Amino acid sequence: MSITGPEATFAAVLAPFAAAAIAPFATRLLGANAAWPLALVPAAIFLFFAGLVPEVAGGASFAPAVDWVPAYGVSFSFYVDGLSTLFALLISGIGTFIILYAGGYLKGHPHQGRFLSFLFLFMGAMLGLVLGNDLITLFIFWELTSITSFLLIGFDHLRAASRRAALQALVVTGGGGLLLLAGFLMIIALTGVTDMATLLAGGDILREQALYPLVLLLVLGGAFTKSAQFPFHFWLPNAMEAPTPVSAFLHSATMVKAGVYLLMRMHPVLGDTALWTTILPIFGGITLLVGTLLAVRQTDLKLMLAYTTVASLGLLVMLTGTSWDKAIEGAVLYLLAHSLFKGALFMVAGTIDHEAGTRDVTRLGGLRGAMPITFAAACLAALSMSGLPPFVGFIAKEYLYDGIWGASGAHLTITAVAVIGNALMLVIAAAVALKPFLGPKVETPKHAHEGPVLLYAGPVALSLAGLAAAVMAHATGVYFISPVVSSVLGTATVVDVHLVPGYIGAALILSLITVALGIVLYLKLDVLRAQMQRLLAAIGWGPDKGFDQVIAGLVSFSGSFTRLVQGGRLDVYMTLTFLVTALALLVPLTLTGNWPSAVPMPDLRFYEWGILAIAVSGLIAVLIAKTRLTAIVSLGIQGFAVAVIFMLFGAPDLSFTQFMVETLSVVILALVMTRLNLRPRDHRPLVPRVVQGTIALGVGVGLAALLMRVTELPFDRSLSDFFETYSRTIAHGRNIVNVILVDFRGFDTFGEIAVVMLAGLCVLALIRVRPKHAREEAFDRAAGDEALQKSGEARL
Amino acid sequence: MRTVIFRTIAPYLAALMVLFSIFVLLRGHNEPGGGFIGGLIAASAFAIYGIGCGVAAVRRAITFHPMSIAAAGLFLGGVSGLPSLFTGQPFMTSQWWYVHMLGVEVPLSTPLFFDIGVYLVVVGAITSIALGLEERESD
Repeated sequence: MSITGPEATFAAVLAPFAAAAIAPFATRLLGANAAWPLALVPAAIFLFFAGLVPEVAGGASFAPAVDWVPAYGVSFSFYVDGLSTLFALLISGIGTFIILYAGGYLKGHPHQGRFLSFLFLFMGAMLGLVLGNDLITLFIFWELTSITSFLLIGFDHLRAASRRAALQALVVTGGGGLLLLAGFLMIIALTGVTDMATLLAGGDILREQALYPLVLLLVLGGAFTKSAQFPFHFWLPNAMEAPTPVSAFLHSATMVKAGVYLLMRMHPVLGDTALWTTILPIFGGITLLVGTLLAVRQTDLKLMLAYTTVASLGLLVMLTGTSWDKAIEGAVLYLLAHSLFKGALFMVAGTIDHEAGTRDVTRLGGLRGAMPITFAAACLAALSMSGLPPFVGFIAKEYLYDGIWGASGAHLTITAVAVIGNALMLVIAAAVALKPFLGPKVETPKHAHEGPVLLYAGPVALSLAGLAAAVMAHATGVYFISPVVSSVLGTATVVDVHLVPGYIGAALILSLITVALGIVLYLKLDVLRAQMQRLLAAIGWGPDKGFDQVIAGLVSFSGSFTRLVQGGRLDVYMTLTFLVTALALLVPLTLTGNWPSAVPMPDLRFYEWGILAIAVSGLIAVLIAKTRLTAIVSLGIQGFAVAVIFMLFGAPDLSFTQFMVETLSVVILALVMTRLNLRPRDHRPLVPRVVQGTIALGVGVGLAALLMRVTELPFDRSLSDFFETYSRTIAHGRNIVNVILVDFRGFDTFGEIAVVMLAGLCVLALIRVRPKHAREEAFDRAAGDEALQKSGEARL
Repeated sequence: MRTVIFRTIAPYLAALMVLFSIFVLLRGHNEPGGGFIGGLIAASAFAIYGIGCGVAAVRRAITFHPMSIAAAGLFLGGVSGLPSLFTGQPFMTSQWWYVHMLGVEVPLSTPLFFDIGVYLVVVGAITSIALGLEERESD
């Protein structure tokens, strides 16, 4: 694995996983300051990808790969092009500051090391997702992001709300992931192509398939759940239960963009069809409007930002869904702008929460004097979010307006949705960035003051990056926007990005309308919020509640189904098990006409007859035994007789094992019987006696017939010959049975001992299960003992 | 069950059986025996000891929880498959070393360690079941 050039992509993706292993120890050693050295890891990754930018901007792409499961054509491979490089830069760049921020935010937290570890795991998963070339590689990293996000949202696992949010996110995004897997497998099955690079080079390879609509829907299922599109948007605001560094990283800048990434990535092969340009703008548009309207209702800074994230994702999906070149240019610019300003604003919200003790916007005000640096960063980021010059957010808005207006002029609905959405976005930006800082000073739960450098480094850097990207618009266009747009459109495209609009056109006018509308709405924010709250109260139901209903329904369904199938009566289970066994033995024998032919009386020696007689007498003893214990022991007689037969016919290993198994099963059965508190004698009424006797006979006859039939068939000696020949030469052992167990078929044995161990665990658990009241008594007794012991100690 | 004779003889019997089980385990590659059967013998030894002298005595004697012994065995079984990976062969390809100890050539191999793993799993799992059942007031 080389550390320079495209091959080092492997090292870059694996580095965060290594950092995740180190993070807890580093934190134990250095405390919160561990964030400084740890942040070097994402910084190095950022520099590595930044080093690739000139080549990628020149149109180059790399696909380093190693074989993974060659038998199924699965490789561990990455695809580095404009789109994935931009995402990798965002993940590692923002990640650097998030690690620093997490160092300051969770300073002194007992599990800070674990938290940083989770963050690194996520970072690695996310890098793998955006760089993944092989579809299976991509999918595995996709699922890893869901799992690490589950760990991060549920980090504060003692709170029920966190646990619920974590589970909800996992169910929604994980469920979508399964759809995506189905989609990928269909792509592989239909085209035979297993990697993204080949697929993208294939042109219409997917669009000409009859099953294209199904593939598209499955992929959209994955993308929409991950990117929180309506009606799956509800998990994202709930995920705000996570500590703020998580919200800033996963739920604004990176993970939620995975869906958008996938849509952009697959646009050249899936996009630009009637289905695509219908579904995506509709869902994206609804998400944009719903997101901004729900954001207005909130008073919690993080929730306001979360809903605008939903809205922004909707906007991106809508723009990608139009498949218009210009709109996609706008989408790419907006993607960059959004990652920068939203990451910064989340960190600002977290800093306010951290330093002032609340993030309720109605209880905040006048913090500008106490937190000047944070205020400055908030203003810069909010200006970008509002789409005002001279920030990259402004350029993005110009381009996207230009794109949707200029496309064919008639798409008024999309334009109107975008204008309303952006105006509301401006309202929220102002509310988040201005409300807490301006106005008279409001008493906050904590005495507010500026946070440490770990806390403001991120917001300042990201908001300044938003400014720099706009000021150096030409370079941004050449190095970042053009390569990405080329990737998304599938053809080399040059986007000339400039800060000052070239002409006074529709875009500028739409921008002015947006700003004016935004300012009017901001002044009426309180009225708007009250109206929204009333409206939502009137509706009363949302997908969030629906999720709970679905989960509750699932639990109660599986509960009643389990009660139906497992009534809890051992005799019913036993009867059913043996009945099914008898049928499985007898029915195929009869249907296929495979009953054994009459066997002539075997020619046995007198001692062999003797052993048979012992076995039969053991069985008779079982049947006539007066008590259960006698029956169990008598069963052992028959077992030992069989063991002797094995011995006589030259199978000492088998015989040995049979002896031990027989002994142990008698011991264990006897022990079980003593615990079950059964009556020593077994009296059954006539009817069950006949029924159960018939079933038992059926199993016995069936098994005997099957064995006899098997021995009638010609014996294939090839395996025996193989083992006899090679057991000494290859495996250095004379005992063929043992050599087979531990060497030739060692992997089977490995599985078997795992089963033995699991069975042991299950039995142990079953032995310890006691009726509820008995458990409580034991608990009370233990508690009493403890109290006694304590009082005794006190006396001493 | 707990007659004086049985109680007196059980520890010696159990000790002999454990010794025998190890003998059976080690000779398994060439003569009848092996980890599975050895494990069964050792498990019966502990069961007898438990019936004779009580479960607490067995638990003291084996130090670890029987389930931990089984887990260690499974782990050993898995790890014993790894050395072949370093020589570029598939997982679980057997590796042999001939070590000279005290003037005797002792063949060591990964299947031997695998077999010891099997032994431990069987001892651990069955002993934990047997002890669990023997303990009346377990919790």
